[in-house]
This record gives sequence, structure tokens and C-alpha cells, in this order.
Amino acid sequence: MSNLKRTVLYGKHAELGAKFVSFSGWEMPVNYSAGIIAEHLYTRQHVTLFDICHMGEFRLKGPDAERALDYIVARSVKDQTVGSCRYNFLLNEKGGVLDDIIIYKISFDEFFIVVNAGTKDRDFEWIMKNLNGDLDFTDESDFTAKLDLQGPESRDVLIKLGFSFADLPAYYRFIEVKLAGMDILLSRTGYTGELGYEIYANNSYAEHLWNTITSDKRVMPAGLGARDTLRLEMAYPLYGHELNTDTTPIEAGFGRLIDLKSNRKFIGKEALQNLKPQKKLIGIELEGKRAAREGAELFYDNKKIGYITSGSYSPSLGKAIALAYISADFPIKKGEKFEIFLKKIDFRGCFSEIPFYKNATAKIK
Amino acid sequence: MKKYTKTHEWIEVNGDEAKVGITSHAAEELGDITFVEPPPKTTDMIVGDKVGVIESVKAASDIYAPASGTVIAVNKKLEDDPGLINRSPEDEGWIFKINNIDLEEIDKLMSKQEYDKLLASKDKK
Repeated sequence: MSNLKRTVLYGKHAELGAKFVSFSGWEMPVNYSAGIIAEHLYTRQHVTLFDICHMGEFRLKGPDAERALDYIVARSVKDQTVGSCRYNFLLNEKGGVLDDIIIYKISFDEFFIVVNAGTKDRDFEWIMKNLNGDLDFTDESDFTAKLDLQGPESRDVLIKLGFSFADLPAYYRFIEVKLAGMDILLSRTGYTGELGYEIYANNSYAEHLWNTITSDKRVMPAGLGARDTLRLEMAYPLYGHELNTDTTPIEAGFGRLIDLKSNRKFIGKEALQNLKPQKKLIGIELEGKRAAREGAELFYDNKKIGYITSGSYSPSLGKAIALAYISADFPIKKGEKFEIFLKKIDFRGCFSEIPFYKNATAKIK
Repeated sequence: MKKYTKTHEWIEVNGDEAKVGITSHAAEELGDITFVEPPPKTTDMIVGDKVGVIESVKAASDIYAPASGTVIAVNKKLEDDPGLINRSPEDEGWIFKINNIDLEEIDKLMSKQEYDKLLASKDKK
């Protein structure tokens, strides 16, 4: 794995007995000694800390920032409240998803943009190419650390570190504060479905931040393996699987978030207005524990109707689950059964409501 | 006699039958095991055949027959508790038993020492 990048916390992970995998050009911990299932369940019940330093962060500043960015992303940043985060999309002219991102509105003339690791450089070029006006656009990824503290006890951990309940941001809000003397950006966001926070800081603080948080013995480290099964139970999309340039956000189930009726112009809008969705994202519960993996084909009455984009054993449900695209016009009824083929293996499954996991705490007061 | 394969199975001979499982190294590499499909009883196998599947949260892997023989038992505990393989890969987490074995064929497989050497040489790469 010699060509892979390592986060500033690599040594910490190795010390903790992490197993590493290659992910989007990075050598990242997939799990620690506890294992994926234990880390997953502990996140659902208690609190875990993830190293997410591989993700990218951009900053757009300047008097024209709001107007310029508003043209580049699928959801308006003009009606976004200062101090809030918003899930958003970069679309190409055809309405295909270049990346799914989170935009932090720091002020009317300053935005912090969090992007996926695998698409970071393409995103940066795309945004740069489409910006115009009096602006300063920078890629801060190389010196920005990101740690995700996730789980129903995450708030208690932060309170023990000196925050008051009232200080802490509400769901999809953020604050810029000090933690143990370090400047951080703290948002009430995450990718697990649980109550949780994402913490951004300069790389030079990463290790001290990790140590400060894990000095609370309730906090267990968790790797990308658990992050993936947690997001899958919530039916959150993962770029490169449920989302790609051949998929529109409407097909991925985010149509309700995108306003196509207003006068606002943005890249990809016209395509979205004219395109008939070809597919829709659905949930599947498999019969048994064997997982149907990405690429497996779905058959109904011997006819191919779609394909799996992500599949895994679900630690919370104790059975295999999957996300899949099927033809947009295919009628689905919850619980209806069908067959899945992958090479010589065949499975059986049924349509399921999503999210699969229904007791997640992300939005609790 | 206990022997090992390049595909990370172990086989332990006891009289005229033998127990088969995956090695500690394989279990560690796979991580949390969530599903095992052993060959059904009475399956006749030839050394090297793909005879079963083992899945973890992140990966799926085939089980190869370490020796020729006929399946006489499968470890029923693995149905409800596939994680037993992680906890005890080379003992309680055995996967199936065969008879009709050929001791000469099994004798050609790697000893523990040879298998450990193979793992050590892989680590260096």
C-alpha cells in the first residue's frame, strides 16, 4: 500500500491494532481490535470516534461567494441560515451527481465545503472552473483534520469536556469554538444515523484532539467498516455506489430536497427538469445472513429489474440488507419477494422500507 | 496429524476421519464472520475443489477442499454463531468432517512450521 496517503493519525491507529484498507487513495483503518460488528453496535448504543481526515475541505470567501456558489450546487445556499450545514450536490450539465457534499454557511461571504476523498480534486477543479466574481477559493484538505464522534452518548462526552448542553449545536448546525485550547469547528452531523458530531481542526491538533476525546473511557475507536454498515442501515448513499455521474439526485431519492420550480439557475437544473427518472433507489432485506454484494442483479418473474449498489450483513438487524436501483416504473410493495443472482449464487429477498434501522438518534432534541 | 494449505484451510486427521476449518490467519484477515456455507453431508470432494463459502462483513471467500474425501458431519453451531470461527478458528470453529481420506495426499500438505513461513514471506512483500 505504498502509494496510499496516510492521515496524521496513522500511528495512533497502528498502536490501537487497526487493520488497514485502501479507500479512495488512502490507507485507512477498516476496524480496530474490537471488530466491525462490535464497533457498529457500540456506535448504536454508546459512542465511537472515527478518523475521517481523508475527506476534503474547501473554503470559499469573498463578497460574491453566496451568489457564485448558488449557481454551482443543486440546493440554494441563499436561503440557508448562517451557522447551519446543508446536504447538497454538485451536478454536471446532464444532472448527474459529481459529488454529494455538505456546505457550512459561516457567513454570507464565507462557506466551508466538505467533499468526498475520491472526488476531491475533480470537485475542486469543477467549482473553480464555474466560479466567477470577487472570490478566494482554497483547498484546505491537506491541513484539515476531521474526527467524527458518533453515538447516543456523544453529547455526554462533549459535556464532560466542558461544553454545556445549551452551547452544543442543534441538528445540522455548527459552532466555531475552542476545545482544550484548540480551535475547532463542531457540527451536529454524521454518517451513522446516531446523535453525533463532526469536528474539524488544523492537522497539528489532530492527535491531541483524538487523545482528549478518547481519554473518556466511554469512547471506542471505530473504523470505516462500521461507518459503512451504519450508513447502509440508514440507507444513506455512498458516492461511487448509490451516486455517480450517471445518476441524478432525483433517482437517488432526493427529489424532495431540490427545488426545480423557482427561478434560481444552477448547473444541471435544466437536465433535471427535462429528464424522466430511469431508476429508483430501494431497500432490500435478504432471506438469511448471506450478503448480496454490489453488482448482483435483481430478478422479478425471471425478468431483470435492477442491480445492487451496496450490500452487507446488518449488525443491528442480524440479517443481510442491500440498496439497489430498479426501473423507475417498477411497482414495489413492501415485503414482496424476488430473486437476486450473482454469478452462480442465487438469493431471495424482499422489498423493505428504508431506513432499515429505525431507532437512530441523530435528530433527538 | 494437522496440516495446512496455501488457501488457508487446516485439516486434522483423527483415525480414519479428518476435521477441516480455516486458519487463525484467515479468520483474522476476514474479520467478523457472518455466514458460513459448508458442503452438505455426503458431498464427495477432490482436493482443491471449491466446497463452501465463508463471508465476513466486508468480504466473501471460498473454502477449498484441503484433501479428497466424503463429508460426514458439519459444525451445526456455525449456523447461529458463525463468529465462533473468529473466537476459535482452529478448534471449536471447525467447519466440516470428512472420511474416505488418503493419508499420503494429506501428508503432502504444509506443516504448521511451513505454513507460518509462508505467512512470514507474504508479510515481507
